[in-house]
Amino acid sequence: MSAPSPAPLQRTPLYELHRSLGAKMVPFAGYEMPVQYPSGILAEHLHTRAAAGLFDVSHMGQVRIHGPGAAAAFECLVPGDILGLAPLQQRYTQFTNAEGGILDDLMATRLEDGLFVVVNAACKADDIAHMEKGLDGRARVEPLAERALLALQGPAAADVLARLAPACRAQKFMTLARYSLEGVAALVTRSGYTGEDGFELSLPAEAAERLARRLLAEPEVKPIGLGARDSLRLEAGLCLYGHDIDPTTTPVEAGLTWSIGRRRREQGGFPGADVILAQLAKGTSRKRVGILPDGKAPAREGSIATDASGRRIGIITSGGFGPSIGGPIALGYVESAFAAAGTALQLVVRELPRPAKVAKLPFVPQRYYRG
Amino acid sequence: MLKFTKDHEWIRLEADGSATVGITQFAQEQLGDVVYVELPAVGKEVTKGGDAAVVESVKAASEVYAPASGKVAAVNDKLAGEPALVNASPMAAGWFFKLALKDKGELDGLMDEAAYGKFCEGLH
Repeated sequence: MSAPSPAPLQRTPLYELHRSLGAKMVPFAGYEMPVQYPSGILAEHLHTRAAAGLFDVSHMGQVRIHGPGAAAAFECLVPGDILGLAPLQQRYTQFTNAEGGILDDLMATRLEDGLFVVVNAACKADDIAHMEKGLDGRARVEPLAERALLALQGPAAADVLARLAPACRAQKFMTLARYSLEGVAALVTRSGYTGEDGFELSLPAEAAERLARRLLAEPEVKPIGLGARDSLRLEAGLCLYGHDIDPTTTPVEAGLTWSIGRRRREQGGFPGADVILAQLAKGTSRKRVGILPDGKAPAREGSIATDASGRRIGIITSGGFGPSIGGPIALGYVESAFAAAGTALQLVVRELPRPAKVAKLPFVPQRYYRG
Repeated sequence: MLKFTKDHEWIRLEADGSATVGITQFAQEQLGDVVYVELPAVGKEVTKGGDAAVVESVKAASEVYAPASGKVAAVNDKLAGEPALVNASPMAAGWFFKLALKDKGELDGLMDEAAYGKFCEGLH
């Protein structure tokens, strides 16, 4: 079970810290990552919602796009309104393909002279090649391989970070600020992947362990592994790339139309715009929804959804147990006629159809700081 | 008599001739927090090595196999409301089900406590 994998796995700058904290390490997207610490996924999840959790997300891809034309050029790759971002404003968007499918989802922050982009670990090599090809010399792509990324998430995150950077209290959701944290130059966005208030801290790799230990020394902060990261984002209704969204799903089907700017809807000019704009106008045959099983049995990824007669109407793309909900929760795609909250359907788990209902997302209220 | 399988179930022969089945300390540590247990119906016939129950952690569902063939005589109803008993007390309060064994001789092929301990050491 814990035999080392034959493929060489990369390590983040916090590898030794994870080991010293007693983490259970697992292979994830080519990295050896902590799935949980000794307190376990349930405790880590609930602690993040009650106080503050520190996550190592250094495996994710951080990329700097240089040049005054970076925002305009980047719009040829994504449906998000990037030109409309004020400096230091951040936006969630997706790389789309010619069919309107999603190649990856990402966070893009406008800087004074370019962009700061964070992409998924498993996609980062492909994303960098895709950006270099798509930007075609109009902006320079610089992978920031020597930087660590920490996420500090939870209702106490601002109180904790304010002890190192008092100005962070006033920083608004989806903006970036530059702070000196104990003398370390950090790029800090007020965003995350848990549904809670919180920050993501981009740091030079060599300073990451010292700052992580400094944050963990605060009484509100505990280290949180990838297991709780997944249950937290699932309760928050957030998509996991490669599961809830992939090259065969469009942002419209995935319920991400809010991330497509109005100007982009009028003008297009991104890969798959014809498909995506037609779907915005006419609707889609399927939609991503939240689903609450009636009983206690989780319905995992790949479980089939049926109507009362047993006809297949959809599939679960993420499913598990929501520790803050205290029961099973799931995301999946269903035929649009079944997508309204409250619609009854069945989920087939171990060959047995089990009653469930479409639920409003997120499963837990978002607690972002909008100022 | 207490025996163990390579799939990390334990089976204990009770004084009344029935056999109690659960998962081991090693298994519960590997699973992490147990959030749901699906138990077989009382009266169901199970086959040695066949599916008998399902234990789910936050992350994944795992099959629990029958260590021996027989008929399910009782199940641990407490696990429905308190699945964390499997973590807290895997060898006692967190038991899964009791079997009326078809053939007690099937237990002879399983590991005793010492052999199972060595088997687990080899997995680390």
